Amino acid sequence: MKWGMAIDLDRCTGCEACVVACRAENNVPVGGPENAARGRTTEWIRVERHEEGTFPNVRVEFKPVLCVHCDEAPCVAVCPVAATYETPDGLNAQIHPRCIGTRACAFGCPYSVRSFNWSDPSWEAPLDQTINPDVAVRWRGIMEKCTFCVQRIRRVKDAAREEERAIEDNEVQPACAQACPAEAIVFGDLDEPESTVARLSESPRAERPLEELGTGPRVFYLRGDDWRDRD
Amino acid sequence: MTETRRDEAIERALLRPVLVTGPWFYITVGVLLAIIFFGLFQWSRQARLGIGQAGMNQPVYWGLYLVNYVFFIGISHAGTLISAILRLTYSEWRRPITRAAEAITVFALVIGASNVLWHLGRPELIWVPLIHFNLLSPLIWDVICISTYIIGSITYLYLPLIPDLAVLRDRATRFRGIYRALALGWTGTPKQHARLERAIGIMAIVIIPIAVSVHTVVSYVFAMTLTPMWHAAIFGPYFVVGAIFSGIAALLVAMAILRKTFGLEAFFRPLHFNNLGLLMLTFACIWLYFTIGEHLTVWYGNEPEEVAVLSSRLSGPFAPYFWGMVACCFLLPLPILAFRRTRTITGVTIASVFVLVGMWLERYVIIVSSGSFPRSEFMWDRGVYSPSLIEISVTAMEFAAFALFYVLFAKLFPLVSIWEVKEGVEQAGVVIDADEDVALAPGLVEPVQS
Repeated sequence: MKWGMAIDLDRCTGCEACVVACRAENNVPVGGPENAARGRTTEWIRVERHEEGTFPNVRVEFKPVLCVHCDEAPCVAVCPVAATYETPDGLNAQIHPRCIGTRACAFGCPYSVRSFNWSDPSWEAPLDQTINPDVAVRWRGIMEKCTFCVQRIRRVKDAAREEERAIEDNEVQPACAQACPAEAIVFGDLDEPESTVARLSESPRAERPLEELGTGPRVFYLRGDDWRDRD
Repeated sequence: MTETRRDEAIERALLRPVLVTGPWFYITVGVLLAIIFFGLFQWSRQARLGIGQAGMNQPVYWGLYLVNYVFFIGISHAGTLISAILRLTYSEWRRPITRAAEAITVFALVIGASNVLWHLGRPELIWVPLIHFNLLSPLIWDVICISTYIIGSITYLYLPLIPDLAVLRDRATRFRGIYRALALGWTGTPKQHARLERAIGIMAIVIIPIAVSVHTVVSYVFAMTLTPMWHAAIFGPYFVVGAIFSGIAALLVAMAILRKTFGLEAFFRPLHFNNLGLLMLTFACIWLYFTIGEHLTVWYGNEPEEVAVLSSRLSGPFAPYFWGMVACCFLLPLPILAFRRTRTITGVTIASVFVLVGMWLERYVIIVSSGSFPRSEFMWDRGVYSPSLIEISVTAMEFAAFALFYVLFAKLFPLVSIWEVKEGVEQAGVVIDADEDVALAPGLVEPVQS
């Protein structure tokens, strides 16, 4: 089982619902404008705005960027204390209590999707009442990143095991996928050939970010055709 | 002129800094301690309030602490390389300078390694790599190599110190018990001498590959990532060359200060400054060769991610640092070192200060410019690094601690190896006019003219 994700850039409108959902689900602190100005915000998913061409022939593409959960993750190799590792089902996980804050993984990662806690997290009221009890709050001095909503994966896995059945396609929904109004984000098992995400990953429209580096990212971006052609 | 009188005079001159303590010693120690305590106080704020008190951000996760880490560990290459290579090649002129060089190694290494503590997000967990370690991580390679190097260089400093510790055991007015314990019952028998020479010989060989490995793996912390302009095979040798280069400069500056403050003019002579100056000149040329090699391949390859970093150095926000580095590492010291007329003690010392500044700038440019322009273009205008007061205070603290270690070392042990100088004088068969103050007589430690 290898969890993976397909993001249809032709569907993405850049509404950033995924960003908000991710923050709420994973207790990602709200940095505020002051921290944002200093490059001190924490984010597990961001929407990058890429402009192509020159005025008046301009095309804007919005690109949700999150940890791509590499097959050969460079961040895993460089961590001195093995606080970042790859799980058997293909997640690149971070052991928060073990992280000592060398920030080596941040330079190991060519996608710049790791965030460091420069200070203890805080939430202004009433956001402090919205902490998700399923996810630990991280403290200052450690690195954190997208987990593919591992808590949701575990919940579905446990339920499936209890009911003695296989996990269904699209049964696991990370917060970003669930919140996307355009259904641009699809999550599932890449090892299951019939799953939606596996089929999308085979699509001629699919490409992997920085594939030439050989990191084997498990997030696929789809672009190029008319989105209505999607099967 | 008897041998005993000559030896006595050398001992007297070299033990003077240990035995006689003036007011300037206390003033210097006081000033240095004040800087150190201010640095510790500033860092305590960071420890209390979090690493966010430093100026780093996303994407510049590494800042002054890492710059100082690489810089000081580079400085530490002075002792070993100079002392070990000169010993192994039986260079007679090494005799008065090896200990001063070996001491730099130990102090610079300890201070360099201390940066890990200032740098970590959770310094209280600095021990975790002892129980959870990932052997694939270049940071663990650093831990292994640097701890080996610290043990090796302390041994290498200690071994040649043993006969002098025996002298201190017999002549010192304070800490005689400590000197006695450290002297290991040295009586100077031929058997003891043979054993000591053998041990020093083995250490001189063993320490060279360790030293080379240390700065190679320090560079691997950067080169093993895919970060633009770090991921380069040239980084290992480039860092080693830079380390020796800055190490020579540090040794020369230290010698220039010590000869004035401790009256060691007879031992740190124009000859040493001339020879080490020539060595530094050689390394300035090698440094330029590597620097051109590194930057030219990037410019010619013209890959956008790499060029972004390169142009930030050549003409972008890091241009002042980059060109300052080129000036200080090559353009300014070159004419001073190239001509015999300017290759005087003053000239070589000025050139060394330039080199030290230039090599510090090199570390800054390498770390911060690549950090500021990662592969993901979206990150470029996110965070701009400017060091906070805490980082600057800690940097000042490190330089002060380096000086303090040196001052205290000079107060406790002779900075010039007494027995090796005696040995050299004896072998050279120096004849000295009996009426002169022999310890300060010119030609005392002049090399063997073959």
